Amino acid sequence: MDILLQQIINGLVQGSVYALVALGYTMVYGILGLINFAHGEVVMVGAMVALSITQVLAGYALPPMVVLLISLLVASMVCMALGYGIERIAYRPLRNAPRLAPLITAIGVSIVLQNLAMIIWGRAYHAFPPLLPDSPHIIAGAIINEVQIAIILVAVVMMTGLLLLIHRTRLGRAMRAVAENPAIAALMGVNINAVISITFMLGSALAAVAGIMVAANYGIVHYYMGSILGLKAFTAAVLGGIGNLRGAMLGGVLLGLIESLGAGYIGDLSGGFFGSNYQDVFAFFVLIAVLVLRPSGLLGERVAERA
Amino acid sequence: MKLNHKSSVLLVVLAVVLLFLPFIADALLGRGWVRILDFALLYIMLALGLNIVVGYAGLLDLGYIAFFAVGAYCYALLGSPQFGLHWPFWIVLPLGALLACVFGVLLGAPTLRLRGDYLAIVTLGFGEIVRIFLNNLNAPINITNGPQGINMIDPIRLGTFSLSSEQSLFGLSFPAVHLHYYLFLACTLLVIFISMRLQDSRIGRAWAAIREDEVAATAMGINTRNIKLLAFAMGATFGGAAGGLFAGLQGFVSPESFGLTESIMVLCMVVLGGMGNIKGVVLGGVLLVLLPEALRHGAGPMQQAWFGKTYIDPESLRMLLFGLALIAVMLLRPAGLWPSRQRQRELTEEHEDYDSTR
Amino acid sequence: MSYKNLSLPLLILALAACDKSEAPTAPANSGTVANELIVKIGASSPLTGPQAHIGKDNENGTRMAIEDANAKGITIGSKKVHFELLSEDDQADGKTATIVAQKLVDAKVNGIIGHLNSGTSIPASRIYNDNGIPQISPSATAIKFTAQGFKTAFRVMTNDAQQGKVLGEFAAKNLSAKKIAVVDDRSSYGQGIADEFVKSAQASGAQIVAREYTNDKAVDFTAVLTSIKGKRPDLVFFGGMDPQGAPMVKQLKALGLSAKFMMGDGGYTPKLIENAGAAAEGVYASLPGVPLDKMPGGKDFSQRYEAQFKQPIQLYAPFCYDAVNVMIAAMQRADSAEPAKYLPALAETSYDGVTGKIAFDEKGDLKGGAVTMYQIQQGKWQPLQTIGGSTPAAAH
Repeated sequence: MDILLQQIINGLVQGSVYALVALGYTMVYGILGLINFAHGEVVMVGAMVALSITQVLAGYALPPMVVLLISLLVASMVCMALGYGIERIAYRPLRNAPRLAPLITAIGVSIVLQNLAMIIWGRAYHAFPPLLPDSPHIIAGAIINEVQIAIILVAVVMMTGLLLLIHRTRLGRAMRAVAENPAIAALMGVNINAVISITFMLGSALAAVAGIMVAANYGIVHYYMGSILGLKAFTAAVLGGIGNLRGAMLGGVLLGLIESLGAGYIGDLSGGFFGSNYQDVFAFFVLIAVLVLRPSGLLGERVAERA
Repeated sequence: MKLNHKSSVLLVVLAVVLLFLPFIADALLGRGWVRILDFALLYIMLALGLNIVVGYAGLLDLGYIAFFAVGAYCYALLGSPQFGLHWPFWIVLPLGALLACVFGVLLGAPTLRLRGDYLAIVTLGFGEIVRIFLNNLNAPINITNGPQGINMIDPIRLGTFSLSSEQSLFGLSFPAVHLHYYLFLACTLLVIFISMRLQDSRIGRAWAAIREDEVAATAMGINTRNIKLLAFAMGATFGGAAGGLFAGLQGFVSPESFGLTESIMVLCMVVLGGMGNIKGVVLGGVLLVLLPEALRHGAGPMQQAWFGKTYIDPESLRMLLFGLALIAVMLLRPAGLWPSRQRQRELTEEHEDYDSTR
Repeated sequence: MSYKNLSLPLLILALAACDKSEAPTAPANSGTVANELIVKIGASSPLTGPQAHIGKDNENGTRMAIEDANAKGITIGSKKVHFELLSEDDQADGKTATIVAQKLVDAKVNGIIGHLNSGTSIPASRIYNDNGIPQISPSATAIKFTAQGFKTAFRVMTNDAQQGKVLGEFAAKNLSAKKIAVVDDRSSYGQGIADEFVKSAQASGAQIVAREYTNDKAVDFTAVLTSIKGKRPDLVFFGGMDPQGAPMVKQLKALGLSAKFMMGDGGYTPKLIENAGAAAEGVYASLPGVPLDKMPGGKDFSQRYEAQFKQPIQLYAPFCYDAVNVMIAAMQRADSAEPAKYLPALAETSYDGVTGKIAFDEKGDLKGGAVTMYQIQQGKWQPLQTIGGSTPAAAH
């Protein structure tokens, strides 16, 4: 029983990691209808910048919480600048281009960021210092540590904050207007370009937070870490219904649970024929099954089709 | 397509160049470049296959490499010591294409209702599922040899004429890579021919119709289900055939070669070159195979020449420049380097809505 | 639309420029004194992508050996030899590896040190064999690499079977593990060594209680480790590399598993200690060969490596160093750098390298192949025992 509980906790933590990244994807998609494929790399840059900051601050004997806050701040700013730049350079000129053009530039941006990061931070895997306390708590035989609790909390807080922002503020209203119909939003006096830039910067700040949480949890960062994380998070966002913030959270947590329960029990369920090597297959089958039954994801309402 | 005098002269020149290209490349740049040409032709076939799905029918497919994998493994399993089977390539190759076609329909069937990005993620998942199965089917029963891959695959052989050993014909000696070049060229021309015929056929127009507006297409009496499945099946068939050729050339296949990045690469070729336009897709394929290789040769020495010193590791710089090139091309030519006329027209019209002075 | 007709020719021009600038590489270097012999050593490993750090380490080891040889001033066929390194990125991809192989063959290399992975060494070996160019892989462990009947394929590394056997016996006998859980990363290397480990451990009387899998890009292993925890093993073996090994052992400890943790040579890196932190203590790993500081010249090698590349040896650099030296020694014995002439001499190698004694069997595998078991003690890799091999003087 404690094994099952442990697997659920594993899934929740992993799922919250996906959700953290998926929120950024889904927010940009919700406003622009564009998959920002470079989002995973922004997450990576966030983690890498934070690593550099912790290295710089290592000599000052500051309390870990202060180091965390400073690195969070700097990483968010760098990522926001990056997000703004990516949108200006790679997406804005293509707003009226064929649908797949921004996809290719996004892939281009990913390749560039990855290789820049490799040049700056080197090829090696780096240890990320333990900034958050990782003392374990035991609940009914299952173990969860404080970083993991923090990840779940941060994911929930971020989702709630974004929902409030979008539904309760002026900026949020402008965002929704742009999402609904950019041309009319512009006629109503919304500065579309500003709104889109802010959306990107916000999404990138989220990416920085996600990057640091991921780095703190696994204690390891690498210039390649963004791509696989981005892919999983994108899957999670689609599962939940891309463009829907609650969907990103739900999709992330579900994907995490599917993976951990799949890896844990698929062997017993299939009489040993399949094992944890089919963990991803299992996850994708669930995704396909969900999408066949609900073609726009669990919570998605808008049919995603643009010319 | 009527040929006037000028374009037929151009065609003849092109044919002559293509005929002697391996010898020219071998003499000027080295034999490595002939192998690169072989890969370029393989990728052109793949890109043309994907072009049917993405360019003609407008269905975004991120798992296309799975069909390439199916074709390659079909060839590898039936023509290697793995099962002790050594079927001739003229049976194995079409069989691989057929199998890929079946997989295409299998993928297409559950995804018919999905659109846009949802379709993209499902096809991506499908591609990964195929790769993961290939990577793990070594236990409990060993079929694919798992991550170790399948080695010692039979070369492409007609009777005693083997493509993997040097042959002399007409007083000229043809090394293995040259021989593969001619076979691949023939296959590519066939794929181009089929693509052209499809484009102008009833089916091609039906694809264009569902690409532009699925609801209107249904209203016009087009059976969207069958037409979509046909697009997946045709695209997959080309992919499967290319896969068989790949296995024959390499003599070794392993699941690593069929990852997501490969799918993305092929998609880049289609989009970068110009979706829906055969010439554009061919150009995209050629460029994206040649560019990283040219940069491999160029990135280090260029720094040497310009700055007198190698500042950045040429290998990091190579992929960096490749990424920048992708961005730059898309910014300068959003519809691709060589877009289809129709698409170009649509684009400029769209611009005129906003700004008629341009 | 004014740039419409411009961009394409520009791009092609840029490409052509790239091609042209390539031309000077070869001739520029060969335009040297008439009485000097240029010998080109090709090397290939992944220099980009997730394994780039280990690939670069390989290149560094190869480079050091070549610089040493040049400094020493070697003569072959009464000519002074200048060795030249041509290093290429194969991206750990089989397809790219064949392109690289062909490129190196075109450049008329006299021999190849590479590739790093089995998945690249195998497809490339066919091209080297067709062109008669000797290839020594410093690190490919798949049994198949030397089982293709190619006369040109050698390795200075034990294969999966040799190493897996030692690991399995060590786990079952020396560590008296009765119940063992095995994880592999589904890469060619990880699966190969894990399968051989299982065979050997079972033959030595241990029971495999769990066989789990991950992949070579994963960072979260809590799910498989949790289900392993339910089986209460004495030891967990991971077939994979250090980027996965470090977080895995951390998560293993965090989940409260008290089992011992063991890896193959993929785990024997300074990064494992750095990245796993306190959790690394007590981890076992193997490395083919004899401990470096027990070998004559070994300590010197590692000190010079650190001085030159500003980092400790990652993994296979000493094997690359030995591979180059074995190749040069064969050239000297044959008194020729021509592949066809020194290849027979290479097959009869008997060389004392920094990793141990190197001699090849008829397939090109390392003969005898000593394997040393290590454990992390007080944050350092400590050799425990050297098993097999024919250099009793170096083992204790």
